[in-house]
Amino acid sequence: MTHINIAGLEVGQEIGSQSFHFTRDSLVRYAGASGDFNPIHYRDDFAKAVGLDGVLAHGMLTMGAAVQVAVNWAGDAGKVIDYGVRFTKPVFVDANTGADVLVIGKVGSIDLENNTIRIDLSASCAEVAVLGKAQAVIQL
Amino acid sequence: MVNPNVQGKKYPETAPYLVGREKVREFANAVFSTNPINHDLFAAQAAGYPDLVAPPTFAVLIQERSLHTVIADPEADIDFSRVVHGDQRFIHKRPIVAWDELTSVLEVDSVKSLGAHSMITFKTEILDRNKNLVCTAISTLVVRGE
Repeated sequence: MTHINIAGLEVGQEIGSQSFHFTRDSLVRYAGASGDFNPIHYRDDFAKAVGLDGVLAHGMLTMGAAVQVAVNWAGDAGKVIDYGVRFTKPVFVDANTGADVLVIGKVGSIDLENNTIRIDLSASCAEVAVLGKAQAVIQL
Repeated sequence: MVNPNVQGKKYPETAPYLVGREKVREFANAVFSTNPINHDLFAAQAAGYPDLVAPPTFAVLIQERSLHTVIADPEADIDFSRVVHGDQRFIHKRPIVAWDELTSVLEVDSVKSLGAHSMITFKTEILDRNKNLVCTAISTLVVRGE
């Protein structure tokens, strides 16, 4: 069950936003939780050696955090039946200052027949979009 | 370059992965989830689920197990040190919950060249212990050219 009244929604309406502060700790925590231990996500020397500007966040961490805006609005993580993103730009995470990823969710489309809402998520770091076509479909 | 002949190739079903409650909580914390049904058993059960609900991107753990079999396949010829994640999608028939025992079957959906780069798209079907489909994970990797 959810509190959302589909009839009261409008396309383009903002449903929430959140700023996520990524630190190196966040990356190590995600590495452990996901099993993705690629050293480009925690070792500066390794990142530089493969031609990167620095250590970057796992794309899947950004994807996983961004959808929380839609989850918090729906109130139920199990209602996200379809979620996809394109990874457009890396999120570099400075060892001292970290990185801030701002996520804004808007109603992308409303499907009254299937009782689903598509939430379009924008995710940016230092005003540069880091995800493209980030869309989460919520089953009401 | 990725071998274009692996387009359509199916990889064997992976060994079962038992979804643990603490793994769900660990993953939920790592992706900044504050949704009670990812953390609190009573909240999950009150919402009608048999156990803790995994966050929407948890299926990546199961997808990875199938991806490893492709990366290790000499026929596919994927240089993992040159791989960049291009896009990702999860289509759920139902959410993953703790105590699910999941296997996956991966098929190479397409292999495309883009200049010196290759783009390889995988479709991974994630199945529960009754072999019912739980989630279809679609992932595109970009393999940078030399």
